[in-house]
Amino acid sequence: MKATYEAVVGIECHVELKTRTKMFCGCANAFGSEPNTNVCPVCLALPGALPVPNGVAIEQTVRAGLAFGARIPAYSKFDRKNYFYPDMPKNYQISQYDMPLVQGGEVRYWLEDGTMKRCPLVRIHLEEDTGKSTHAGSGDGRIAGSLYSLVDFNRAGVPLMECVSEPALHSAADAVAYLASLRRTLMELGVSDVKMEEGSLRCDANVSVRLAGEAALGTKTEIKNMNSFRSVQRAIESEVDRQISLLERGERVVQETRGWDEANGVTHPMRSKEQAHDYRYFPDPDLVPLEIAGDDVERLRVGLPELPWERFERYTRAFGLGSKQATQLIDTPSLARYFDRVVNASSNPQQSANFVLGELSRLANDSGVAVADSKAEPEGVAELIVLVEARTVNSKIAKELLERMWRNGGSPKAIVEDEGLAQTNDADEIENLVEGVIAAHASVVADYRAGKSNVIGFLIGQAMKASRSKADPQLVSELMKKRLR
Amino acid sequence: MKLVDRSAFDVARDVNARRLSAREVTDAALAQADAVDGQVGAYLRVEYDLARAAAARVDARIASGERLALAGVPLAVKDNMCVIGTRTTCASRILEHWTAPYTATAVQRMLDAGCIPIGKANLDEFAMGSSCENSALGVTRNPYDLSRVPGGSSGGSAAAVAAREAAIGMGSDTGGSIREPGAFCNLVGFKPTYGRVSRYGLIAFASSLDQIGPLTRTVRDAAMAYDVMSGHDPMDSTSLPRAVEPASRALPTDLRGLRVGIVREFDLQALAPAMRTIYERAYAELESLGAALVDVSLPTVDYGVATYYLIAPAECSANLARFDGVRYGLRVDAADVGTMYEQTRAQGFGPEVKRRVLIGTYALSSGYYDAYYVRAQKARTLAAKDFAVAFGACDIIASPATSCPPFTLGAKSDPYSMYLMDYYTIPMSLAGVPALSVPCGWVREAQADLPLGLQLAAPHFAEPLLLGAAHAYEQATGYSARVSPAAAGSATGIEEPA
Ligand SMILES: [Zn+2]
Repeated sequence: MKATYEAVVGIECHVELKTRTKMFCGCANAFGSEPNTNVCPVCLALPGALPVPNGVAIEQTVRAGLAFGARIPAYSKFDRKNYFYPDMPKNYQISQYDMPLVQGGEVRYWLEDGTMKRCPLVRIHLEEDTGKSTHAGSGDGRIAGSLYSLVDFNRAGVPLMECVSEPALHSAADAVAYLASLRRTLMELGVSDVKMEEGSLRCDANVSVRLAGEAALGTKTEIKNMNSFRSVQRAIESEVDRQISLLERGERVVQETRGWDEANGVTHPMRSKEQAHDYRYFPDPDLVPLEIAGDDVERLRVGLPELPWERFERYTRAFGLGSKQATQLIDTPSLARYFDRVVNASSNPQQSANFVLGELSRLANDSGVAVADSKAEPEGVAELIVLVEARTVNSKIAKELLERMWRNGGSPKAIVEDEGLAQTNDADEIENLVEGVIAAHASVVADYRAGKSNVIGFLIGQAMKASRSKADPQLVSELMKKRLR
Repeated sequence: MKLVDRSAFDVARDVNARRLSAREVTDAALAQADAVDGQVGAYLRVEYDLARAAAARVDARIASGERLALAGVPLAVKDNMCVIGTRTTCASRILEHWTAPYTATAVQRMLDAGCIPIGKANLDEFAMGSSCENSALGVTRNPYDLSRVPGGSSGGSAAAVAAREAAIGMGSDTGGSIREPGAFCNLVGFKPTYGRVSRYGLIAFASSLDQIGPLTRTVRDAAMAYDVMSGHDPMDSTSLPRAVEPASRALPTDLRGLRVGIVREFDLQALAPAMRTIYERAYAELESLGAALVDVSLPTVDYGVATYYLIAPAECSANLARFDGVRYGLRVDAADVGTMYEQTRAQGFGPEVKRRVLIGTYALSSGYYDAYYVRAQKARTLAAKDFAVAFGACDIIASPATSCPPFTLGAKSDPYSMYLMDYYTIPMSLAGVPALSVPCGWVREAQADLPLGLQLAAPHFAEPLLLGAAHAYEQATGYSARVSPAAAGSATGIEEPA
């Protein structure tokens, strides 16, 4: 019975920080440049070159730690992690072993239904990224059987933050929700692009299963090669199923690294390079120990923005938005900030959410311009909401106004006044319109009276048109029906 | 006095005064190298074009009214320091054909101050050794006795200065690699406080110990070189962001009021009688200059060599990992990348380098790390504490620089006896304090007069005090004045202009 098993998942994320320069040299930290153009003696590990740490990367890592409520030790240091690989020019990676910049903390995340959960963190540390190898001639892009290999060192030395969770997630859905919250937080902090497709967010999962209620952890496997949230979800589900099947058959889980095979939807053992690496960590003598001043930490703590889970609680509790709308807003920090300004001016959170996620997001999709970057000011949108609520303009006019504001900005109130677009609620005026339509479309009126009741839509449409869409559609409909009775 | 015999101080003074051109000094140094370096072997390569171009630039700057601290001073650069456009080999097969694309900060400062780079000097491969015999690319001999070693690892720089092929040699000292060749070649060999001179562009042996410094024929020259090459460098995180107090301005001629610590554990009875006599005399000379000799103790000093030979190899095992055949240097092609690494490193590194990489890899391995590396770090902390305590009772410390005079080539075949060569110099390296060796006399062995050095050490940042004491000693004793036979025997004979 599968129900008697519990999955235990821990997530390790590597996040490329969005700094101007690399971790230990002055080269540009940029994605997509010509190979080997963002390189220098330091990041190519030329003889005699020395690393100098990037203070911004250190600060960003500390900010991430503070956002997760972690402890920032007063002292930290960099260590060398030794292993040979052609895309690692020094054949050691500058990383952090036993004194990471950030210790503990927790990521608060929420499930689709809005349930808020917490996953504790072990640590966050800072290291440098490796270069990228391309193997030619082997067909599958692997090194085995290739004719030659090319290495691009543009990525070598890019600051990389490693964030390790406790094994405290108990389903694939939890793991993905955890990742989503982590990603939103780092985006909100502006420390990374966190794009899985560009490799600025990479993650591995440690997966084990145990009988429900058991305290001891089962044997874990490490899952790699997951390139999207969806593949994380599928890979964990598949691996949990595989482990449960093994145990059900009386077999044992082998501790190993497994790769996720997206096409076939299974994990399989990865060819291990060597058995149990001994990385021979030791303090990097080229770098002095880091002292993190309490004052600096306080300054960074005070400067933290509203964090995604805080925002979620505010949207769902104070604003009464549904979990789905709240999440959609929070997923794009600039959109959430825009929304907040609309609410601030309109005092109508629900309509603000409808406008921002509805018509404005549609315009953004069509134009490729983010809502926050459009000409439509949030205060203008709020004005429009007030006009709609007061039934000063109908929804059709509102839509037209929004499109105009998107392109040219401006105040909807002013446009409505200047162009006389206010909705007509005057019964006499509308009655005249109705009379006119009935007179002009005698045959349609006859059809209606003969029982073809659906033609009334045509007649109402004609009346609206005659009003240049300004008439209150509800009133037109009422009066038309009354007149035709 | 021949032009090549002149000190850096004299050369710079006269070039600045336009009594002498950098071109003349450079030609003399190059001619001296042509005449004597076949025998001495100080240089791996004499850089004729580079030197002449530098001389032309210096002369142009002087002509335009600039004054340069080291105008026209011929410089020997140890070949583990990058100089743009020159091969920089570390005397290793693995870098034999590598050309540096940038210049080390310390070298650049010397060139900017008017030095003329005459050539790249030999060394023990990757600065690992105490005799220069571990060079894979050439043999260097001691200018005072060509059958003997010049010391190491900065043996080429020392020999070049002793043979008058340069006025200043740039060396690097990890456990004694400037001070020991300084002593063996009758020179001043000066290792500043760790972090005083940028290591950027110095090809690392052991990063936490490596320090660049000068080898010169006078203390004043060493002080002038130190004033130029020292100071904070943003490219080296371990270089100290602390202002440097110039050392060459006021050099005293006596030692009145100075407390000189004589280290109890450095028992002169352990030395050969002829050497003991020299050092007893040296201490007496210090006293006669007004110094008060005080007894101090460095209780953990006997653990120095063992500590050093864990920390330095551990660091070098990682530092030398980059020499893998992938991006530069020697590559021995093979069917797969792992075999390429192995073949490249097997053929590229000499035996002493391999030995230290292996020792270091072992000391850092899981299961041994705590027993070796961590304990060595603790011992290093104790060594630093020893000095802090000792310097509470004295201003400088005096000791022998070496335990023997220069030995004949090939005489020390087992690595351990070679490691013990650094017995007197390693403790100062572990503590990071400034230290130097200054000529203190001669012992006669096998019909040759062999130079000995007195080591002086001072607290962190006390370079002016240290150099001042050495200057007073040198001026009073005059041992450094004797010209090496290899230099004196040269036929170049370019005399000082009238
Ligand atoms: Zn770079």
